[in-house]
Amino acid sequence: MSAPATSLPPARLSGLFPFLKRYPLVVIAGLILGLIVLAAVFAPFMFTRDPTSMSPLQRLRPASEAYWLGTDHLGRDVWSRLVYGARVSVIVGLAVAGLSVIIGLVIGLISGYVRWLDAVVMRIMDGLMAIPGILLAIALVSVSGASLTTVIIAIMVPEIPRVVRLVRSVVLTVREEPYVEAAVSIGTRLPLILTRHILPNCIPPLIVQATYVCASAMLTEAILSFLGAGTPPTIPSWGNMVAEGRLLFQIAPWNLLWPGVALAVTILSVNILGDGLRDRLDPKLAKRM
Amino acid sequence: MASPVLSIENLFVDLPGGADRKHAVGGLTLSVNPGEIVCVVGESGSGKSVTAQAVMGLLPKGQLTRSGGRIVLEGEDISHVSMDRLRDLRGTRMAMIFQEPMTALNPVMTCGHQIDEVLSIHTDLGSEERKARVLDVMRATQLPDVEQLYDAYPHQLSGGQRQRVMIASALVLDPALLIADEPTTALDVTTQKQILQLIRELQQRRGTGVLFITHDFGVVAEIADRVAVMRHGQLVEQGPVDEVLRRPREDYTRMLISSVPSLEPPARPDAVVGEVALRTTALAKTYGGTSLFGKGRVVKAASDVTIEVRRGETLGIVGESGSGKSTVARCVARLIDPSSGEIRIAGVDIARMGQGELRPYRRKVQIVFQDPYRSLNPRRSVGASMVEGPMNFGMARSEAERKAGELMVLVGLKADALDRYPHQFSGGQRQRICIARALMMEPELLIADEAVSALDVSVQAQVLKLLDDVRRRFDLAVLFITHDLRVAAQICDRIVVMSKGQVVEQGPTAELYAAPKHPYSRALLDAAPGRGFAFGRG
Repeated sequence: MSAPATSLPPARLSGLFPFLKRYPLVVIAGLILGLIVLAAVFAPFMFTRDPTSMSPLQRLRPASEAYWLGTDHLGRDVWSRLVYGARVSVIVGLAVAGLSVIIGLVIGLISGYVRWLDAVVMRIMDGLMAIPGILLAIALVSVSGASLTTVIIAIMVPEIPRVVRLVRSVVLTVREEPYVEAAVSIGTRLPLILTRHILPNCIPPLIVQATYVCASAMLTEAILSFLGAGTPPTIPSWGNMVAEGRLLFQIAPWNLLWPGVALAVTILSVNILGDGLRDRLDPKLAKRM
Repeated sequence: MASPVLSIENLFVDLPGGADRKHAVGGLTLSVNPGEIVCVVGESGSGKSVTAQAVMGLLPKGQLTRSGGRIVLEGEDISHVSMDRLRDLRGTRMAMIFQEPMTALNPVMTCGHQIDEVLSIHTDLGSEERKARVLDVMRATQLPDVEQLYDAYPHQLSGGQRQRVMIASALVLDPALLIADEPTTALDVTTQKQILQLIRELQQRRGTGVLFITHDFGVVAEIADRVAVMRHGQLVEQGPVDEVLRRPREDYTRMLISSVPSLEPPARPDAVVGEVALRTTALAKTYGGTSLFGKGRVVKAASDVTIEVRRGETLGIVGESGSGKSTVARCVARLIDPSSGEIRIAGVDIARMGQGELRPYRRKVQIVFQDPYRSLNPRRSVGASMVEGPMNFGMARSEAERKAGELMVLVGLKADALDRYPHQFSGGQRQRICIARALMMEPELLIADEAVSALDVSVQAQVLKLLDDVRRRFDLAVLFITHDLRVAAQICDRIVVMSKGQVVEQGPTAELYAAPKHPYSRALLDAAPGRGFAFGRG
């Protein structure tokens, strides 16, 4: 009889290097993401100029030494806008992933463990899940005006129920474990049972889920901006750039191409990293490979 | 003598690198003759199941590899044949039945179809003929209403019936060799008895050779013609069943056999007259009832349970699965809420207390669970698990740690075990840790819910002894839940027999074992495997 997976030792860092050697793609994805985040943080030092400064004389120039990736229809530098746009994507991705995981974790833990609350909480979550994210964003923007905060809230709200469901399902299995019952019988209070005995089991699947939320948040932000319901046009974002570049696609394709490529590469990297993390953190799945 | 159905010659199976030993099976030689039942018996990790897998060609890929030896089935060396040939042989010449019939059967296929599948793969029979054959073999396994069961799904059958379906599908093509890997371990004793009889009968009528894997010497005594004892992947000894069980040659075999608890209760010291630690009155737990969608099915998990345990006494609750014995234990520990009745701990009724009120009583009742692999939080060190309880009630960490160290020594572990994690311990050691954790609370009542059922017999004997020691030392009341009559005989002062949620009989152990009054108690005692052998001496 083999021991159930729950008795496996917790994943340790000691196995990290062999793991990375086995999955070179994950390393590459991690490096790309690292570079993008660094570029976003240190945007002013990335050989950029003011991404909003217009120079009508330099409109729609192709790539040159002065303008690495050319200029757009208002003569703004595409490279600079691309680098500053990464800030929006990174902020939206991280904020949505972080907030929805934290809020979802708290709700999920309580809902999974306190049975009489469960039915009520889950029906509310079902309700939230039924709201299409993009519609909600458009509604919120029309009420409170376009801003990064609005975009983050609009994308986050429909993500929360997904996190709640994930956490709740883990809680429902773990709460039946004898060691949790043992904790109950030695008089451990509820908050401690939740944080000490149940929460650690939620972390690995949550980290994986967070990467997917992050990727989808970046994409949704781009879609919203493209539709004009997202980041205000004064802030350079990849979605805005694609939206503006679309009109002059045949004359100046670089306006559309570069933000599109950046978006695709970023999201692909996040997803690959997520898959890698899942293999690393979920011993059952890793064994099967 | 006829040539053997199966002969295993010098079989080696390698474990993956990094394991604690090189071979799962190291140089095993064994044969099974037609019409003979050979029991391979051993504790966990002895390589008995791996041997079965190796014969069937079902070793898990990439983990275990056969590195030497020959396996000969009816004169054909099958250790180097192609996968196709092996597939042909499985089902036709050799077949296997498994421990857990619920997972071995496909839940979305009807039972009839699963047996039929064997025929449609290996024969050219038409569908009418196949159905007739399937019904025949189902009748042969003594399944009732075979026409109806043909269209039933596995979940609609009882555990015993499922195992019969498994046996039917294994035997439908009359294989020369049947491999049975712990086929009765997941079953209740009364069902086990029937299944063992059935295997015996079918095997004799058809002349099948059976390789029967088990850890249970009682089962060996019931069914084996010959016994092979394995340890660490090697054969310790083999011989006719009477010889090995009555006159074992090797020390290891002798130790195993003497560890099997005897069905005869030992003389226990005089009746215990401590104060009453637990008294339940008409305790009941019902599941189901009215729901959102009208009236649901009501299940009475336990009803009208009135028991009493005194300090210094061990009360055993024995019964088969679904008898409600664990429900009672979990109600008493207030892990589930009873539907009605009283639970008096030290004279106070705790049956309907809220969590806050209950807290001071929690520490008086401690529970040790069945599965040692899941009773300790794998992410926390043993020390952290040990001090958690007393610290919940305000003990200082240093004080709790000192106490934990003492108790570790008391349960037979070293004090430095506190810094290690549960996965670094064996099952028996973990169970000791769980007992120590319970003792940290200074309980009055200790509930052992099948606490030794998952352990090998040699370890089981030690943990039982430990439980008895701590009972005496701390003047504990012990509520001992078990399905194993042998274990109950050894440790309990009094026994409560439960069936279908109700107490059918209770009384002092020796009395009840000598002269059970209720027919169910009698059936239960009759079904205990290996009654004819005096185990536990030596």
